[in-house]
This record gives sequence, structure tokens and C-alpha cells, in this order.
Amino acid sequence: MTQVFLGMPAGGQGNLFEQEPFPKAAHRELGNTQMRKNLRHATHSIRDKRLKVVGELPDWEALRNAGSTIKNNSMATLEERLLEFEKNFTARGGVVHWARDADEANKIVTDLVRGTGATEVVKVKSMATQEIGLNEHLESEGIDAFETDLAELIVQLGQDKPSHILVPAIHKNRTEVRDIFLKEMPVVDPNLTDEPAKLAEAARAHLRKKFLAAKVAISGANFALADTGTLGVVESEGNGRMCLTLPETLITVMGIEKVLPHWEDVEVFMQLLPRSSTGERMNPYTSLWTGVTEDDGPQNVHIVLLDNGRTRALADRFGRTALNCIRCSACMNVCPVYERTGGHAYGSTYPGPIGAILSPLLTGIEVEENGSLPYASSLCGACYEACPVKINIPEILVHLRGEDVDAKREKHKLPTQMDLLMKGGSWALGKGKNIGLLEKALPLGRLAAGKDKKIKKLPGIAAGWTKSRDIPAPPNKSFRDWWSDEKESK
Amino acid sequence: MSAKDEILGRIRTALADTPVTEEVPREYRTTSTMSQEQLIELLVDRLVDYKAGVEVIEAEQIPEFVASKLKDASSVVYPQGLDARWLSALGSEVELRLDAPGARLSVAELDATSAVVTSSAVSVAESGTIILDGQPDQGRRAISLVPDHHVCIVPVSTIVQLLPEAMPRLSITRPLTWISGPSATSDIELERVEGVHGPRTLDVLMVRGL
Amino acid sequence: MRIALFATCIVDAMYPETAKSTVKILERLGHEVIFPKAQACCGQMHMNSGYMPEALPVVENHINAFDTEDYDVAVAPSGSCVASVKHQHPFLAERLGKPELKERAKAVGARTYELTQLLVDVLGITNAAEQLGSYFPETITYHPSCHGMRSLGLGDRQLDLLKTVGGITVNELPEADQCCGFGGTFSIKNADVSSAMLEDKVKNICSTGASACSGGDASCLMHIGGGLSRTGAKPKTLHLADILASTMEETVSL
Ligand code: SF4
Repeated sequence: MTQVFLGMPAGGQGNLFEQEPFPKAAHRELGNTQMRKNLRHATHSIRDKRLKVVGELPDWEALRNAGSTIKNNSMATLEERLLEFEKNFTARGGVVHWARDADEANKIVTDLVRGTGATEVVKVKSMATQEIGLNEHLESEGIDAFETDLAELIVQLGQDKPSHILVPAIHKNRTEVRDIFLKEMPVVDPNLTDEPAKLAEAARAHLRKKFLAAKVAISGANFALADTGTLGVVESEGNGRMCLTLPETLITVMGIEKVLPHWEDVEVFMQLLPRSSTGERMNPYTSLWTGVTEDDGPQNVHIVLLDNGRTRALADRFGRTALNCIRCSACMNVCPVYERTGGHAYGSTYPGPIGAILSPLLTGIEVEENGSLPYASSLCGACYEACPVKINIPEILVHLRGEDVDAKREKHKLPTQMDLLMKGGSWALGKGKNIGLLEKALPLGRLAAGKDKKIKKLPGIAAGWTKSRDIPAPPNKSFRDWWSDEKESK
Repeated sequence: MSAKDEILGRIRTALADTPVTEEVPREYRTTSTMSQEQLIELLVDRLVDYKAGVEVIEAEQIPEFVASKLKDASSVVYPQGLDARWLSALGSEVELRLDAPGARLSVAELDATSAVVTSSAVSVAESGTIILDGQPDQGRRAISLVPDHHVCIVPVSTIVQLLPEAMPRLSITRPLTWISGPSATSDIELERVEGVHGPRTLDVLMVRGL
Repeated sequence: MRIALFATCIVDAMYPETAKSTVKILERLGHEVIFPKAQACCGQMHMNSGYMPEALPVVENHINAFDTEDYDVAVAPSGSCVASVKHQHPFLAERLGKPELKERAKAVGARTYELTQLLVDVLGITNAAEQLGSYFPETITYHPSCHGMRSLGLGDRQLDLLKTVGGITVNELPEADQCCGFGGTFSIKNADVSSAMLEDKVKNICSTGASACSGGDASCLMHIGGGLSRTGAKPKTLHLADILASTMEETVSL
């Protein structure tokens, strides 16, 4: 699937690909009115909450500036940061593993679990393990992985796919969740209502025994602190604490871009992240651990440092800031495209605006499957405005479109309609004289319009426009000509 | 080549254009101008918003308030370093369970314990966050996690307004648990509801003169 | 002041009245307006579609046309095109490895203003009725276009100015900050999503009871207007320059 360019770090594998071109997937998802209703409700309520708690902080912009600079610095010195982290984590009894790609990470985790003799693991929500398809892999190796985050549980029980990075079941409403629980939980109150508090209680009862008996837990990490060797997990429900505290063995899978230089940097990200993600001043629970602590928590502590295309993204100097992402999900919550198509349309583990740049950056844009993602945006800029680490998503989208066009240019011999349009446009708009010449033909456009002075049907690729919009009849005379006639001749 | 060497090599290739690092502009707030009373008020407001129970009391009232919060508990776990006098007003029907090095309660025992009493290291008023750092008066992480009811003592002297003010007070390499209200989830329709896997009841006793 | 008008290709070809309105407003204030004839387009469509080499001659042409000492500031009746000149031109130059072009692009960008930016920030216009004689006795609503609002940080400049036009009633647009779904070739490549966004915008505009929706970008207005017209909705679209140029004596009709 991946095609490696000479001198370019290898692209990522796993759940990073579109399943079909975005417009096609979007067309189908747009037809799912229940999902659209659910998404609209959820995204709109989170938008208001986010704005309120962000507005409370007089130094929000200063925090964003600090956050984005810290991340840039970390990426610029990534090798040193990772080595420093490794040294400190190891010094405190942790074991560091390195994984080039999804397959290698899956294998490392499987071997570690096997080594404990366990056939079951509990899991804290983690994008990295979702990305590498760890659960499916473990299952194929005879190890059951139980997701413990409520939304992940809903997705797992419903044999569904996550559609959001923070709230994977955002596309389901409370009644749908209730129905999944009634159908799939082995022990459940048949009179379960769809009150969220009751649903949370059902999840508690369902998972309690698993937590108390678990021997091995698998987690992701929100950050790693290089100068202390500390890892952090940010969560709400306490399932994270359960997994990070009770089992004997803890295996964390983390992308290499999650490392922060200094432990004090936590003060920046723990202000940016909760307010941007759930619109709370702080999430209920945050756990930090540094290797092994005697007599407290897991005594076998591992971390798998995952590349899987991250170095590939790092090599793109116009796209590498996408690696600064702290997975808060603000960009998708404010995105008008995501709001209407939902996360499944993006195919990859990473949906929404960040997914539209991150997936192709991780896999390489020349991978045909991800060629349509950078176009899944009207470039309205709401994502950039919301992003707590100021990733200029619209600019990277445009950059990746450029990469895509260039890659296709090399592959296709025959120019497409769009190619021809753009070539013609380049000539016409490349000189005042040329556009002036074309504008002489404006009256012709008037002929194309009907009596009501509207153009209602255009041919070729422009037909998409006239499916739901008219075009006004052009004027008789361009401004340029009017200026010559009226202003210059006087 | 080992995976590590290969990944580090890829990083060097990727950064061949040698991007520069910049001084981090730390222009955000790092010092508070609030009085202690304002800090108390702010922290109370935040915790109440999270649906935690909050009382602001004097040091000598601790036993009385601990007892009243735990009037329905049948058993209570406490860490070795906790001031034992704080538990002195609990009724004789409440079983006290000490968790100490060499005498650890099992997970099953913790699960069968109704409540836990701990102290705390530092609290951030602006975000309503209480930080436990595993000192002897807070105990190991499991005891403040498994029982369904957490009574947490917050000495008023440990309250700061801003997170950056809390940082120097933390020993980062100890296991840290930051608690902002009882366990909760926003996973259904992005609406927050309290009470999932962590303690479903959080009672905070903010103590003056401590 | 000697002000160079960057008409933008869409206004030049499709909405010449809006460019004339821009000239009228500035002349009314006593400024001299020039029209650099070499200008054509900011190249946004090419860049946003990923056709970078094709965008280059367009961008170079713009920079050549405006990198002159012949004027004090340049103005365009479009937030989107100004944002492109300010941000995308230097980015394209950087991306194509043209440091010298980048510097020239930045210099041109620094002198280029969106119309209300120029009126409010540079020329000190805060009351359109009093200072420009603007008069428009209609009920309108206003859509803030994304690039002006976000890339240029126009804030409420456009809306506030419209509110001070004589005789006007401005009804607030629900979910005003939501994109109308245009996005250049996005409306073609992702026509379904674009249409769904447009549908909501049209619904919101109709809910205001306004007889026109105004805004600062002809392209978005053409998109919105196309949707209104297709659904047979009553409201028209009108660029804010046309409203600001409208006077008691010469009132623009819808
Ligand atoms: S790109 Fe920015 S807004 Fe989007 S998830 Fe990442 S950090 Fe959050």
C-alpha cells in the first residue's frame, strides 16, 4: 500500500487510510439524518462550553503561543528529547521499546502480554493503539482486549467504529447507547433508561470486575516529559486510574511526537487541553507516573515508542507542525464539514480537520487512498482559530493539495478537466491583458442565462455547483472596461 | 539495524533542514494576586460546579466533619501518615482499615471498603484541582481510587490560584493524581454526568489553620 | 491619499458595480483612486486547488502590478483576496523556494487592506451615515465571510459599519460565523457537503426576515445568492460596498 520515496522516512500503516474517496463517503454519511442530528447537537453544545471556559482565561493567547513554541522546539530536537526520556524512564525502572511501524508495535505488545501469561488486558482509550489496530491484532493472537472508556466501550460493544478522537461514540445518542447496552452487556438491568447517569452506572457495573482482576493494562499517553521520564494520562471516568494503578503490568503505546522537553511544560498543556477538549476547566482525573514506584501501582512498566509515519510527517517542513497536535478534538468540534459528515467519512483513525492533514502526512500524500482528504475542507479557518497549539491547518491543507496535484501530475499522462481549467486559468489570470481579453466575451455569458438572468446548469466538473446554486448572468461590461471608458477617457 | 537506531536515523533525515528552536514565550500568568479568602471562594465555586461536596472548616472541626460525611460508611481506609485524630469522632460501628507499607489492603478489600480519607498536596483554585502526590498522609494511589467515597482534606495553606504556581510544590516523579471533582464522563452527547469508575462521591474539607 | 484599487477578478468580471461603489466611497472622502491595469487575480483559486506552479504566474503578476511606488495603500472589496495577498503569496513563494519574491509579496501584503479595514483603521470611519452619507432604507442581515473574520481578524468592523448606515435595519444572522460552504473548488469537489452547508446558511438568512444579505466578499455572496435564488427565497445579496456607496440621492435598489 505504501510507496516509499527515496530518502523519505517510511509511511505509516494501520488505520490511517481512507476507505473510499471523501466525497463518496460524505455523500453516504450526509444521508444519515439521525447521525447528523446527534452530531449537530453534540458539536454545538461543546462549542459553547469551550468558548465559555476559554474566555475565562485572560492569558489564553499567551498559553497558545507557549504551547505551540514548546511543541515546535520539541520536534526540532526530537532525537535528544527521546534519548533523554529513555534514559530517565529507564533509570526509574521502566522499560523502553521502539517500534518502526504498526506491525512491530503490535508484536512488541503481544510478546509482553504473553510474557505475563495473561490472556486478557484492560485498555485505556488511546489513539495510538487505535491507529495500529492493536485490539484486532491481540484478538487474532488469542488475547482479549477490553476497552474501558465509556465511549470506546459503546463502540466495542456495538461492533462499530470510532468517529471522533475524544468521544468515539459521538455519532450515537443516548437512546442508541441504551439499546446497545441492553443488547450486548451480559448482565444488565432490563429496565435500563437512557439517562446518561444510568448508562454510566451500567458501564461501571459491567467493568468493575475486570478492573479488579486485571493483570495487564494497556494505555496511551497524553505526554511524556523528557527531563524526568514521566508519563501522563488525562481522563474523566477513573477507568484510566484503574488501569494505571491496579494491574501488575502496564504497557503504554505512545507516538514519538508526544514528548515534551521539560516537566514544567505540563503547566501549559494542562491549561490548554481540558478547556479545548471537553470544555471543562479541568478534566476529573490526570495521572502522572515515572517508571516504577515501589509499593504503589504496576511494578512492570513498559513504553512502546511508535514511529509509524511520524518521521515521515516530520520530514515535511510545511506539514510537520501537524505533529504538535495534542488530540483535544477542538478542530473537529468546530468544523462545519465534520459536523455534517461525521468521523467515519474520513476513513482513518484521525477524523476532522487534523485527520485531513495528519493521515496523509503519516502515510505520504502520494498514497492514492489519502489523496482526497486534504480537499475535505472549505478552508473556513475555524479549526486554526480553535487549535490550542495553533496548528495552521488550512495552510497545511493547501500545501498538501499542492503535493497531491504534483504527485498525480507525475502519474497521469492525460490532464484532467481540473488540470485544463487550472492551466487555462493560469494564462487568463496571469496578466491583466489576458483577463481583459476574456472579459470581452462577458455578453456571451448573458446568452447562457435564461430570461430570469440566471445560469442554472453548467457542464463538466462545474455541474456540482449548479446542482444547488444558480449563477447570475454576467454584466455587459467588466469593471476594467468601464474604468477605461469612463475614468481614463475623461 | 535496531528499531531505535532506525527511528533516530529517520528523525535526523527528516530534520535535515535543521529547524531552529525558539525561546518559549512564557507570558502567561504565573503569580496570583488573590487573597486567601478569594482563593477559598474560587476553589469552593469550582468544586461545587464539579458536584463535589465542600465545607470550609477550622482545624479543630475536622473530626466532627469527617464523622458527619462518613455517617453512612461501614468501613474506612486511611493511609499511615494521616493524622489519626481526624478519625477520632467516627462511630464505633465504622471499621477503620489502615493501609501501611508491609500491611497493604488487597484490591478486593479496598473494593469492600466504603470510603477513604486522605490529605492532599496542593490545590489549584482556578481549575478546581486537588493534587495528591503519594506522601504518607495521602497513601498509595489505589486507596483513593477503589472505595466509592473519597473524603479529602485540603489545608487552606496549600491552595494556589494558578497551575504554574502549583508546579514548584510538586515532586513530579512521585505518582501524581490530579482530581477535579468526582469521576465523570462526557461520552454521551458530550454532556457531563458525574459518577463512573472512580469514587462517585467526593467530599472536600477545606481546613483553615492547617 | 492615493489609493490603488485591487478590484479582484470576480468583482471585475461579475460584479463591476461593487468596484464602482468602492471607488465612489473613497472619492467621496477626497482620495484619489487608481486602477493598476496589469492586475488580474490573487491566484487563490489555483493555490487552494493545489495548482502551485500554475498559481505562480498569477501571484507574480499581482506582485508586479502592485509592487510600485505609485500609490500609498491598496484596497480590495474582499477579505478573502486580501488574506491571500497577505498570507498565501509569501507562503507560495516560500514553498516554491523564491525568497526574493517572498519579501516582495510581504511588502505588497503589508500595504494592502480590505475595504472596511481601510475605512475604519486607516481613515477613521465609524459612522457611515455621517461620514460617508450612506443611506439604505432596507432590512438586511450580514454574513461575515470566513477569511475576513479569521485570517484578517476583521472582528465586527463590517457589521458595525453597516449598522451606522442611514435608514438601515440590521437583523442578526443566526450562526453567522458558520462558513457558507463556498471554499472555491470545494463547492465543486465536495459539492454535497458544500450544499449542506449552504442549505443551513440559506435557512438562517431567511429566518431573519431581511430583504438582503450583505457581506464583504463577492464570491461568498455569489454562492449564497445562488442558493437563495435556486430555492426561490426572497432575500437578495448585496456587497457592503454597494450599501455604503448608496445615498439618499442615489439609492441602490435591490
Ligand atoms: S489539531 Fe489542534 S484543535 Fe485539532 S485536535 Fe489537534 S490540538 Fe486539538
